[in-house]
Amino acid sequence: MQIWILAETTSAAPSPMLLITIFVLAIFVGLEIITKIPPTLHTPLMSGSNAISGITLIGALVAAGDPQSAWGWKLLGCAAVALATINVVGGFLVTHRMLGMFKKK
Amino acid sequence: MPAAGQDLVYLIAAVMFVLGLRGLTHPRTAVRGNLIGALGMLLACTVTLAAAGLEFGWIIAGLLIGAVTGGWLAYATPMTGMPQMVALLNGFGGGASFLVAGVELSTRMNETTGLMELVATAATGLIGGVTLTGSLVAFAKLEEHQWTERVKIPAQLVVNLALLLVCLGLSVLQIQQPAMPVWFWLIVLLSLVLGVSLVISIGGADMPVVIALLNSYSGIAAAATGFVLSNTVLIISGALVGASGLILCKVMCDGMNRSLANVLFGNVGMGGPAGPSADEVYATVKTTSPDEVALLLDSARRVVIVPGYGMAVSQAQHVVSDLTKVLNERQVQVEFGIHPVAGRMPGHMNVLLAEADIPYELMKEMDEINPTLEQTDVAIVLGANDVVNPLARTDPQCPIAGMPIIDVDRARTVVVIKRSLSPGFANIPNPLFAAKNTLMLYGDGRKAVQEIINALKE
Repeated sequence: MQIWILAETTSAAPSPMLLITIFVLAIFVGLEIITKIPPTLHTPLMSGSNAISGITLIGALVAAGDPQSAWGWKLLGCAAVALATINVVGGFLVTHRMLGMFKKK
Repeated sequence: MPAAGQDLVYLIAAVMFVLGLRGLTHPRTAVRGNLIGALGMLLACTVTLAAAGLEFGWIIAGLLIGAVTGGWLAYATPMTGMPQMVALLNGFGGGASFLVAGVELSTRMNETTGLMELVATAATGLIGGVTLTGSLVAFAKLEEHQWTERVKIPAQLVVNLALLLVCLGLSVLQIQQPAMPVWFWLIVLLSLVLGVSLVISIGGADMPVVIALLNSYSGIAAAATGFVLSNTVLIISGALVGASGLILCKVMCDGMNRSLANVLFGNVGMGGPAGPSADEVYATVKTTSPDEVALLLDSARRVVIVPGYGMAVSQAQHVVSDLTKVLNERQVQVEFGIHPVAGRMPGHMNVLLAEADIPYELMKEMDEINPTLEQTDVAIVLGANDVVNPLARTDPQCPIAGMPIIDVDRARTVVVIKRSLSPGFANIPNPLFAAKNTLMLYGDGRKAVQEIINALKE
């Protein structure tokens, strides 16, 4: 039992096949939803998806803040944090600004 | 591998991104959707920062620089500049991805690292690099920097193919020798060159397709980074964005009746059989004046306005909105017919019209507006050309043959507001301008519409 728990908590990485499954299914979820978005909102869709692809930020945070890395790698991590944050902050804000303009009669 | 609690929060964040995108299926729910997405992002970042013993110095520096730059871009960019801003953001997404993968490889990977992580790292370097410089070139083209049109790479297809093959070769080396990060950074370097040479020869009017494709790449790069880090929220989000870019790409290509390969590697307007010359086609062009157009509009019951990139260039959306109001006061029904590839990015015209307070119900898609044009008294074409060229329907030899167009020529009268008879991107004359029911009003879009309003009010 104890060994089982140990194996469970220190297991290195999920199997590649599992990750690929998640990836493929997520693409289909994306295709299903995106086809329903009207052309009127295609520009906000692009800026909004820019913001979502800024999710790389969570990888960048670890790269910039890993205490074991040399400072050069932290610097690159910092650059990644900056770029991804531009995407996240710029993307969500500009989408918000645009969507606020779409009004009914 | 993140702990279970952290993974749960990542899952919640991924669900919030899906819900956020679903909100975009209607303008009414879109603002809320965007906020849900932003909240998901905040959750994911917070739990990442709270988790392990991170040092915050570099993190805070990066966050500050990014937040200030991003906030400034979001509020300083005019609506006409949205294509440029999206191009930049695509590029930054790609850049962030390959940096994260590169740091991960250089600091943590070794011979014991799994094959999937190593393949994903190489893929992130390749896709991220191409996305970064490809987007920067697209940005420069959208800003109309002339040097981007002058640069010609000899035997471009061969050069691109060679670069790609060398990158793939380097990927094999990187996968075999993970302790040598130099292979990875060489892949990045060459992909940066490849990104430039892929996009540099593509014309300005094809940028909607290119931006959509790079949007997709930035998502795929994020997903690849997810495989590098075995992080599911990155994989899911990247897949969503990748799918979104692909769909937009398809919408744009269908809007031009061209294949993606033709947009990326072909050159429209070059060669092909010569059609009738511009002089022949334009022999019967009739010119009109703002006063005459005002008279026409005054007696019309239904008006359709078809905007194109020219409206963005002359910033005419606000006067168009004024014209709409003036006409509505006179019981004239006004609607907008928007071609999928009008402007420089998907939905570009809609955002400009929305900025000028035109309600979204009046913005009609091509398929919706076309059946109504026979009952339309006046169709106003404002800064559009190829998307209303009837040759697309009639001449199977012309470069835009088969491209769906907005059938303005079926309206009772067509008023074309344009600076001159110069051809559009397809570089062919437009017989619409010389049609019996067409009147040309030469001039800057904004000025011309303003003069029509003035004449209407008199």
